[in-house]
Amino acid sequence: MIAIVDYRAGNLASVARALEHLGQTGVITSDPDVIAAADRIIFPGVGAAGEAMRNLHGLGLQPVLRQAVADGKPFLGICLGYQILFEDSEEDGGIACLGLLPGRVVRFAESAPDATPRLKVPHMGWNQAAFGRPHPVWHGVPAGSEFYFVHSYYPKAPVKVTACTTEYGVTFASGAATGSLVGFQFHPEKSGPPGLRLLLNFCHWSPE
Amino acid sequence: MLTKRIIPCLDVRAGKTTKGVKFQGNVDIGDPVEMARRYYEEGADELVFYDITASSEGRGIMLDVVRRVAREIFIPFSVGGGLNTLEDMRAVLLAGAEKVSVNSGAVANPELIRQGAKAFGNQCVVLGMDVLRVGVTPQTPSGYEIVTHGGRRHTGRDALAWARQAEELGAGEICLNSIDADGTQTGYELTLTRMISTAVAIPVIASGGAGQPEHLAAVLTDGCADAALIASMTHFGGYTVPGIKQFLAARQIPVRLVYA
Repeated sequence: MIAIVDYRAGNLASVARALEHLGQTGVITSDPDVIAAADRIIFPGVGAAGEAMRNLHGLGLQPVLRQAVADGKPFLGICLGYQILFEDSEEDGGIACLGLLPGRVVRFAESAPDATPRLKVPHMGWNQAAFGRPHPVWHGVPAGSEFYFVHSYYPKAPVKVTACTTEYGVTFASGAATGSLVGFQFHPEKSGPPGLRLLLNFCHWSPE
Repeated sequence: MLTKRIIPCLDVRAGKTTKGVKFQGNVDIGDPVEMARRYYEEGADELVFYDITASSEGRGIMLDVVRRVAREIFIPFSVGGGLNTLEDMRAVLLAGAEKVSVNSGAVANPELIRQGAKAFGNQCVVLGMDVLRVGVTPQTPSGYEIVTHGGRRHTGRDALAWARQAEELGAGEICLNSIDADGTQTGYELTLTRMISTAVAIPVIASGGAGQPEHLAAVLTDGCADAALIASMTHFGGYTVPGIKQFLAARQIPVRLVYA
């Protein structure tokens, strides 16, 4: 069973529907016991980092999430669920996050109105993720595949945990992987065939 | 590099996709779920559904369409038409849409944008703007006015001022529909699109007037649009999404060309 962690951060049903389409069983839950019993964990989310961290605290979910990562259970962060794996975020005036990945989350700089091309914030739409090394979770995803992004903040992560990079004014870590933990800034559940491939790989992944 | 999005738009009435010219003379052209699946498989970047029934009975049928679409396609889609309250927005999002598009409901009550952005996130709230060219007046210094009810009702609101206000209120995106160009298939309203898209920092989807791939190339370059809405040209105009994208790619316009 795959636990889809519900911490009141947006609509999680799209992840559940994608898993169902892939023949997998996903359970949307905020129950620490269900999360502890799950074979793998998906940590999605949209919204603001400050409220997300407060909700995680209020629901008492931090210990069980940390334990799952410590135990080497496959763990996938998506969008805001990816960002709050890092040490801290500039959002909401600066907020401490989970610190399961090294690095911090910063806001895109809006370009001047007369800049060409003008970078709009949020970064919304389809952009390439360039994967720098092989990994079971993105095995078989065609090089140059685009994924669907919608976000105003991005992580600055060290190369050693960076899984893939994306260009939007800056080159940022659009994915990270270390041990049993992977995370992506884009939405695999809304990124068509390459995103579904990535999700299915995650469902079958046995981290070494 | 961020690609330009090509977004087929399906007007849905009583559970059927329909298409009219200048909001009049609609004809049914198919099952929206079947059409959505086909567009997904062809590589559409996103889909837009407009509920043009706008009755309570129609709303229930629309929510059922949204639920069925959400189970079958794995790209973002938005739903608009007759969304006047937070509860209307919530129902559509819970049924599986990524985004809601508010239009006349936001004109009547601009706070709807702020409330929706606060409750669901800015990225969820698209402001749909129906715009008519009226010429420069003291009330409409941009020369463009916001209209509602399919263009039949004037609001006195200046289009440019409204776009800026909506951004301030927290809209995550603007879908800009030219009533003058809508259904004509003679090209997007480039002057209007450029004016709005360069005035706001949020993405702008151009809508109304697409008839040939050349029209998309123009609005995505000269028009400064971030995305282009299409309807007739792929519903029954003989063009396909992959064909349009290949045309745009040959013009060095970044588009997503990868399909399974």
